[in-house]
Amino acid sequence: MTSPDIPIIRLGEVLVAGLSRELDDKTVMLFADELSRRIGDTRASTVVLDITKVEVIDSFAARMLMEIAAMARLLGARVVLAGMRYSVAITLAELGLALPGVETALSVEHALNRRAGP
Amino acid sequence: MPGDRQAAREAVMRAIAGNRGRIASTWVDTQLARATPAIGGEELGEEVQAIISCLLEGLGRDLPDDRVATGHAPLREAVADLSRRWARLGASPTAIATAVFSLKPAILGCMAPQAEEALLVGRLIDAAALVSFQTYVDSREEIIQRQNRQLLEISTPVVHLWHRVLAVPLIGTLDSARAQIVMESLLQAIQDHQAAVAIIDITGVPTVDTVVAQHLMQTVTATRLMGADCVLSGISPRIAQMVAQLGIDLSEITTRSSLADALTEAMRLVQEEGRTERTPAG
Repeated sequence: MTSPDIPIIRLGEVLVAGLSRELDDKTVMLFADELSRRIGDTRASTVVLDITKVEVIDSFAARMLMEIAAMARLLGARVVLAGMRYSVAITLAELGLALPGVETALSVEHALNRRAGP
Repeated sequence: MPGDRQAAREAVMRAIAGNRGRIASTWVDTQLARATPAIGGEELGEEVQAIISCLLEGLGRDLPDDRVATGHAPLREAVADLSRRWARLGASPTAIATAVFSLKPAILGCMAPQAEEALLVGRLIDAAALVSFQTYVDSREEIIQRQNRQLLEISTPVVHLWHRVLAVPLIGTLDSARAQIVMESLLQAIQDHQAAVAIIDITGVPTVDTVVAQHLMQTVTATRLMGADCVLSGISPRIAQMVAQLGIDLSEITTRSSLADALTEAMRLVQEEGRTERTPAG
């Protein structure tokens, strides 16, 4: 079993993963596999994906992110995309990929703070 | 034939070299008689001397007659310099080209030209006049482009309005290029300031068509992807009517009529974000 080179860190009920600079198809698919297993194992309520470093999101990666969010929802967790770069946001908006159903936050810190509210 | 041409060229070179003073003074007198633009005779003399020297050098090189003015760099520069200087003094392109053309009678006047020689001088000076014209147009074009850039720069300021609230007051007609710049500078500012809310104020935008609406929607989408909210304000009754008539769907965008209302809403959103979870948008 190959494990993806994206570490998934557990902080209580939250899983945090930092995605790498370029999201190639294979990495994303392996990551989706691994993440679903970890959500099932840990019964996490929130998954924060740090995409601060990601410079390119193509339509396949965008689709996979939406699938990850849908899959997590089925397992009882919500997915927050944190720290998308403005250049990536522009590209996605121009491609018409609005990622409906995926939560977003300015940074991991904001994502975690928001969760800590009443 | 090449022999004839070579002979003609040598004859012209001899005539110019032997009559530099006469050619220059004839040319200066012609310009002074026209009195455009207001340049002193001395300065005109220097200009024409420079051009004549370069002309001789250029003729000495192995270039076709009509390529001497463009191919011989010093000559091209001398003519371009004259064109630029005159243009700055307010001379019209016609006046500048006419001035260059008047080198023709000045040169031919001090020799008894054969047909071949007259043609050669004609080709030579025509090309030089074209260079002067091209320089004039180029410098105008450069000014226009610089002003265009400046206009883009001054027209899209991103204002840090409140703690974690940014605003872009848009003034004037939005075209695709401007909308693109607005979107980029706003999103970059969101990233830099970690702003929670961005207000786009379109009080100063006279019309909203489908293209502009499309850009606004894209900006809102991109803002949401970054994890911030977007509020559109300053929609006048006229624009509201226009949008409704065009059937543009802005229902996914939070809109407020004035910037003050938008700021109130933004502050509410900032507070709310600090306290509670946010439901998935879209």
